[in-house]
Amino acid sequence: MVKMILWRSVYAVASLFVVSVIVFAATQALPGDAAVAKLGKNATPAALESFRQLYHLNDPLPTQYVNWLGNILQGRLGVSFATGFPVGSLIGDQVANSLVLIAATVVIAVPLAVVLGILTAIRRDRATDHISSVLMLVISALPEFVLGVALVLLFATNVSQVLPAVSPVDPSRSIFQQLDLIVLPTLTLVLLVLPYVVRTVRACMIEALESEYVTMARLKGMSERRVVLRHALPNMAGPTFQVVAQSLAYLAGGVVVVESVFQFPGIGQAFVSSVLSRDLPVIQAVAMLLAVFYVLVNLLADIGTVAMTPTMRGGTR
Amino acid sequence: MTPPDDIAVATPASATTGTARKRNAAPPRKQQSADGVRAVLRRTLRLRGARVGLVLMLVVMAIAFLGPLFSPHDPTATIGSPYALPGGDTLLGTELLGRDVLSRFLHGGAVILLLSLLATVVGAGTGMLLGLVAGYRRGVRGELIMRSLDVVLSFPPLLLALLFMSLLGTSPLLVLLTVAISHVPYVARIVESSTLAVTGRGFVQYCEMIGVPRRRILTGEILPSIVAPLTVQFGLRLTYSISLIASLAYLGFGRQDPAVDWGMMISQNQSNVVGSPWPVLLPVLAITIVTVGANLLTDSFGRAVGVDLGREG
Amino acid sequence: MGTDTDRYTGEYAVEVAGLTVDLERGAVNVVSDISFALAPGEILGLIGESGSGKTTVGSALLGHARAGTAITGGKIVVDGVDLLSLNRKELRRYRGRVISYVPQDPRASLNPAMRLGAQLQEALTVHGVASRQQRLARIRQVLDEVKLPSDDRFLRRYPHELSGGQQQRVVLALSFLCRPKVVVLDEPTTGLDVTTQAHVLRTVRELCRSHRTAAVYVSHDLAVVADLADRIAVMYSGRLVEVGAAEEVALRAAHPYSRALLDVVPDPHRRREIRTIRGRVAALHERPDGCVFADRCDFVEPECRRQPIGVVRIGDGHTALCRRTEALPVRAGQEEESTRVGGTPDDAVRTPGEVYLAVRDLRASYGGKEVLHGIDLTVPRGVVTALVGESGSGKTTLARCLGGLHDEATGEVSVDGRRLAFGAHERSAADRREVQYIFQNASEALNPRKTVGRSIEQPLRVLGGADGPLSQRVASLLADVALGSDAADKYPSQLSGGERQRVTIARALATAPTILICDEITSALDVSVQSAILLLLKRLCADSGLTMFFVTHNLAVVRAIADRVVVLNEGRIVEQGPVDHVLDRPQDPYTRQLLGDTPSLLHA
Repeated sequence: MVKMILWRSVYAVASLFVVSVIVFAATQALPGDAAVAKLGKNATPAALESFRQLYHLNDPLPTQYVNWLGNILQGRLGVSFATGFPVGSLIGDQVANSLVLIAATVVIAVPLAVVLGILTAIRRDRATDHISSVLMLVISALPEFVLGVALVLLFATNVSQVLPAVSPVDPSRSIFQQLDLIVLPTLTLVLLVLPYVVRTVRACMIEALESEYVTMARLKGMSERRVVLRHALPNMAGPTFQVVAQSLAYLAGGVVVVESVFQFPGIGQAFVSSVLSRDLPVIQAVAMLLAVFYVLVNLLADIGTVAMTPTMRGGTR
Repeated sequence: MTPPDDIAVATPASATTGTARKRNAAPPRKQQSADGVRAVLRRTLRLRGARVGLVLMLVVMAIAFLGPLFSPHDPTATIGSPYALPGGDTLLGTELLGRDVLSRFLHGGAVILLLSLLATVVGAGTGMLLGLVAGYRRGVRGELIMRSLDVVLSFPPLLLALLFMSLLGTSPLLVLLTVAISHVPYVARIVESSTLAVTGRGFVQYCEMIGVPRRRILTGEILPSIVAPLTVQFGLRLTYSISLIASLAYLGFGRQDPAVDWGMMISQNQSNVVGSPWPVLLPVLAITIVTVGANLLTDSFGRAVGVDLGREG
Repeated sequence: MGTDTDRYTGEYAVEVAGLTVDLERGAVNVVSDISFALAPGEILGLIGESGSGKTTVGSALLGHARAGTAITGGKIVVDGVDLLSLNRKELRRYRGRVISYVPQDPRASLNPAMRLGAQLQEALTVHGVASRQQRLARIRQVLDEVKLPSDDRFLRRYPHELSGGQQQRVVLALSFLCRPKVVVLDEPTTGLDVTTQAHVLRTVRELCRSHRTAAVYVSHDLAVVADLADRIAVMYSGRLVEVGAAEEVALRAAHPYSRALLDVVPDPHRRREIRTIRGRVAALHERPDGCVFADRCDFVEPECRRQPIGVVRIGDGHTALCRRTEALPVRAGQEEESTRVGGTPDDAVRTPGEVYLAVRDLRASYGGKEVLHGIDLTVPRGVVTALVGESGSGKTTLARCLGGLHDEATGEVSVDGRRLAFGAHERSAADRREVQYIFQNASEALNPRKTVGRSIEQPLRVLGGADGPLSQRVASLLADVALGSDAADKYPSQLSGGERQRVTIARALATAPTILICDEITSALDVSVQSAILLLLKRLCADSGLTMFFVTHNLAVVRAIADRVVVLNEGRIVEQGPVDHVLDRPQDPYTRQLLGDTPSLLHA
């Protein structure tokens, strides 16, 4: 078990390293000149040259990479091309906003999905199950932005004008004072992860309910309640944890689109706008941040799953 | 070691998300069906979900590919004031820049659907090949393939696409490639594990024993045995391609104005959705219908061949 | 009905009368009119082959019907109460406390996410033992009885940390925890090695004796049951065709099916003529109206098919479902056959001729771990050699090395003086033709997407060797294994288990091999099907002078088919020689133990 955690961690660090190379390569080493990208096609050669000097763009690539990585590791994320402000302070608020969004999503989606998954498994092939499975099928088919726009059409137009269509969070106030603005983005994200978790929980629960140990529990005279709670539930903890963590990781991609739909000032929107304006330092910082989040959550998923599954844990030595 | 006491009790089929399970024509016992392609298709189409899904997909595809022929106006021509209401010359009004909504809608689907299909074919095809090799030839080679694919997995697909586009621009080829790359690890994983399971079976070992060439074993024995999970993956990946490509278009990384696609149509007109819903509603409906249709069809097929989407989705 | 209840005057531990189970849909009968009674401490062996409904009866005794089936009639009286008259909640109070169940697969039936202590405690808690002290005391007592450690460290373990035999003991402990009146055991030793099986059986017997617990022991293995049970009930096609005292049934079976079954069971202690039962078990929907065995019976009359057969009393507590019992000839008794011990084998075996296959210092490993430690072996041409051993003995690895399926090996294998490579891909086409391998699991060994004909053709296409059209060769191969030529167009899923195994044999014979390696090819089959396959192999060897390796864990099968036997233990040969020689006078202690633990009808 300890060996497995170590091994996974080494692997996570290794893949982050590879990711950093990819991020660096995609933004700095590939054809397309950052200086031209920043200053425009009409910039004078002298201006381009001084820009390159300023950002060390003339150094050999490995040197650039090592410097860049060193800075990132020390928390120096560079200076935005577009605004001239340090990237760190620029995206700090946005990271916080996104985290609130993700946290709200998890708090709502996970219990809802687990309960729904268990319920549909127990009432398998009855009306509840059928309705739920069709709904999940439809929702899981939709792109994030279509879901978001559909919710806007439903709740923020003449259909029912109850919530704001966009979420321009006022940076001078705490996000917790503007909670109405995060309702629709959160709802979108909840719907986004719901189908995956519900399906997995349902499948695991059914597997457990059909297992021989559950049949045996019934033959030992246990009540149905006890069978579900004491015998079936513990066996789906591992897979459930895994799918929850995976969908959390999936949210790292989902926020990008959903924040754009609602113009929610989070990390995703920062990413899209920096890509559109080719603001390299911001792109690099946000991409690395999201990748770290993604890898860490996946690492957590692997470790947690093993920790929750006795058969994978190895002996009690 | 023992003969199973095989009274033909209807053993519950796999834990599929099952609308039509009771009407399901599939045999109750989960056995290796020996039937051919035609029988599987027939069994799939007997499910209501499959028929509905197929019709939904065909309708949207017809609109996307045949629509331009019936377009009343030039989709790039300004023919009225912005956000003109339906009536007169325009059946569904005009959009942001005063261009005909219906014409732009009819022209906006082909590229997205075509790119999605190509990206899926390329991505799933590559994933299949890598998965087959990794699963059958295990050892260092297989390990190397799977571990490097894991690295691709350690990056959200959308971010990967955006990252590449940040410097390389937004050419359709680039969209196709990035979306295809994002499919590879998922398909490869499923194919690898299915291949691994088949390789352990006696009939593959028998072929190795009598000296059937490895390539023939791969194409003649293993590939036909994993067609079912592979097809399910293809369907899931197709849905995902459409999602991803439409999302990229929506974010501004698709075709550039004055050309049109559905994603961009939505983002351009979203701010005035209250006053003029059609330019948003039409593409939203089209994308919804085609992805839901693809998902329904895939789910039904999966159910007909006994592959559970709940665990593979 | 009720004929079984007049032999005992006290109160029965369990009385079953007219128990009937049907499919929920289509009004198809699964088992019907099951009646028997057991005195406290009595063990009933419920014996039957696949499709007989024995497992259905086993779980129905606890008022449990498997999904898709329903108990539609009868009484199960335990402790003065008819279980079938209780509602769900009342029934729960009886299950596990008064009547308990030991399932076939202990690994699957213990909850993988709960510690052993928690599972054992729970079984007592739900039946009202509230004090933890009391529970632990009882648990430790029962664990001692099943010969498991009872310390806290053991109780903190998870099921997957135990061996298969230990897991089965835990399940036994669970079922005896509440001191029930009746225990139903459903093939509890299936998949265990004979040694472990012998230990478990001994434990079951002791527990039943000491607590006067009645037991229903469901099994496909007549020899196991004859060893253990006081009474035997034989099931066929959903009916109890014969019930009686164990030795009574073993010696004076009255029903033609029981007699046939006794004839096909191989025995480790004597070489018997291999016999078979003609025909096959009717599918659930095709069961005949009259006598269920009529289609396979040698003594059938038209009258037998007319209507269901009533119970016929044979003797004290001995009944059969046959109207012809009086007309049946006296069975070829055991005494007569016993005289043939050590009779038949060719003298050639005792005085080996030229060496055809030789193995020298063969060492094989899996992932660096050596599992065969220097095997030396010579086999004359045309001899059937059995490789026997328990799981982990290396017998399958040895077979796979010979078959070219395992190349992590050193040493030398030669055929007819020619050295054979370990990996099949390094062998010449001629070598690959000569050595053929048959897998244990026939349904996995045949590509489910290919017709039988295409599968049999494959080696001919790859290795050549067919003169004339392939379809003709396929038909003649199918005929060799007693299958009709119409089988060629079928898919494996359309065949029965025995038929599938015949197809893999036909495929192996396609290239006219000189060496045939059979890896446990009958261990997944019913005894009656097994005997038919053994007979077929025996005939093939005699006809074509095949040299055969027969891998098995079953010494009875060794006696039935082999000329020579090689006993493997932990990767080493502990004894080898002519079968009758080794099995009659085993020299090695391991062989002796193996032989002693192998159940036999002679012990009964």
